[in-house]
Amino acid sequence: MTVSCSGSIVQTARILPCGDSALSVEFGDTIDPDVNDRVLALDEVIRASELPGVLETVPTYRSLLVHFDPTVADYDSLTHRLLSEAQSLTPQTSTGRRWKVPVAYGGPFGIDLEDLAQRHGLSPDALIAIHAAAVYRIYMIGFMPGFAYLGGLDPRLATPRRTQPRAQIPAGSIIVGGAQAAVASIACPSGWHILGRTPVQSYAPQRNPTFLFAAGDEIVFDPIDPALWTDLEQAAQAGEPVAEEIGR
Amino acid sequence: MTALVIKSCGPMTSLQDHGRYGYQRFGVSPSGAMDRRGLALANALVGNAPETGAIEFMHLGGAVTAVGGDLRIALAGADCSLTVDGKPVAVHTSALLKEGETAEIGHARQGTFAYLAVAGGFTIAPELGSLSFHLRSGMGGLQGQPLQPGDRLPCQDGEQDGTLMHLPGEPLNDDGPIRVMLGPQDDYFTLDAIRTFLESEYSVSPQADRMGLQLAGPILTHANGFNIVSDGIIEGHIQVPGSGQPIVLMRDRQTAGGYPKIATVISADLGRLAQIRPGESVRFRAVDRSEAVLAARARKEWIAALPSRLVPVQPALTTERLLAANLISGAVDALNPQVPRPSVAVTK
Repeated sequence: MTVSCSGSIVQTARILPCGDSALSVEFGDTIDPDVNDRVLALDEVIRASELPGVLETVPTYRSLLVHFDPTVADYDSLTHRLLSEAQSLTPQTSTGRRWKVPVAYGGPFGIDLEDLAQRHGLSPDALIAIHAAAVYRIYMIGFMPGFAYLGGLDPRLATPRRTQPRAQIPAGSIIVGGAQAAVASIACPSGWHILGRTPVQSYAPQRNPTFLFAAGDEIVFDPIDPALWTDLEQAAQAGEPVAEEIGR
Repeated sequence: MTALVIKSCGPMTSLQDHGRYGYQRFGVSPSGAMDRRGLALANALVGNAPETGAIEFMHLGGAVTAVGGDLRIALAGADCSLTVDGKPVAVHTSALLKEGETAEIGHARQGTFAYLAVAGGFTIAPELGSLSFHLRSGMGGLQGQPLQPGDRLPCQDGEQDGTLMHLPGEPLNDDGPIRVMLGPQDDYFTLDAIRTFLESEYSVSPQADRMGLQLAGPILTHANGFNIVSDGIIEGHIQVPGSGQPIVLMRDRQTAGGYPKIATVISADLGRLAQIRPGESVRFRAVDRSEAVLAARARKEWIAALPSRLVPVQPALTTERLLAANLISGAVDALNPQVPRPSVAVTK
């Protein structure tokens, strides 16, 4: 164990082998912004270094997965380099962007809003206010192309997952499952609760950039009048981001 | 334009190449051919680079027709029969599918995934750098769909008149235990569980698909619970959920997931594992990194050496061939001896 500059205790990074062609640099085993910061900082360093044989890196909540060609990379020098980089990371807050993401809450856009409000003893408007007041951090993109796992959900809104997952939820669903929140990028099966929907396309095959969000970015939700939905959706389909990049 | 038209096929027939790498940080599964050895072999037989996109058949065969021109084709991977215009094609041998003719691919007699390659590959726009179809995200393939009867796959013109080739002395598939390296979360299991995993026989359950192989066998006990914070997943990871029954994650796996992984199949054995059919058994053997890397090198060299091992097909001397051959070239026109006489048209 080592003590970071901010004074909180963080575990030393360790290498977990994943077969012959990948490894995981693990910084911790919890969902924690400091741990995720270190993952993203190492990711940035490794991507810039172009180490021999390294093919791709995948940041997750708490670890960095490194894919490499075992016939090119030398495992010992690769792990040595990764560990020494991991020890010398400068503690920093994430360098990501902050996005304002429009959301139509409730009604046909958020079919679980009223149910969730009732479960938590809130009015639907009070729940929307709580959900839209937080600043969310994108810990990782995974599960589906562009699917953003968010941290920062107000604990008052934490809700166990549905016992019966739905076979399909719409693209853009703003969802809550346990203590986690997410933006579903494409239609997918899910057991999470749907509070609303955004016209923003996190993943749009024909758009440049194809992927809007990245791990380390932040999101604030902007409740919109459902009457604006059609216009925004058309704009998104025409290739506009619709989400607004705002200062931090 | 020359094209291959699907006349019939099973529901899980799709276009697959080496896979879609570089976008896992955005949640994109690589997908790609389940058995890269089979893909490389089929491609080599028609003169393609090993990772060129081909049609992947799962269990069931199908039938394809050449339209707009002739096509040079080859089949490899699972043990399936191949006929062209009703005539059998020898194993690991390329064949010429003439315009209008049909090639029939039989059901897999052994193995699961077969690859039909076409000389020059398919001229279909890749998505994020790959033709590989991924079911759950609707990426790649033909407009994000699996292949179905009536689909028309455009092919390279002018690549089709090369020599037909054969790869002699190549076994259909190797057997033996599937080699694994322990980890990344073997410390989440009891020592007994690790011993059980390495010493028992597991059978592949009917739920096996491109995403993962569910295995049935002795229960593996977790030492520290089975809830971990989601981390990265690679193909070959063997995760063990609460049921204690392992699941090997394959090409269509999600990019992150949340169960402890007891071991990881080495890259050289993934294709061999993919070919094991539901109901068949599998054993695992733990190896160290040096053995895994040697196997990866051997696989790379095997693929690189394929073109040099091919031999041209010696055509049988049939009446048809004799008639088609220009046996009297060199004859001259008696009225104009300076100009060689045009070839005699042989009519059948």
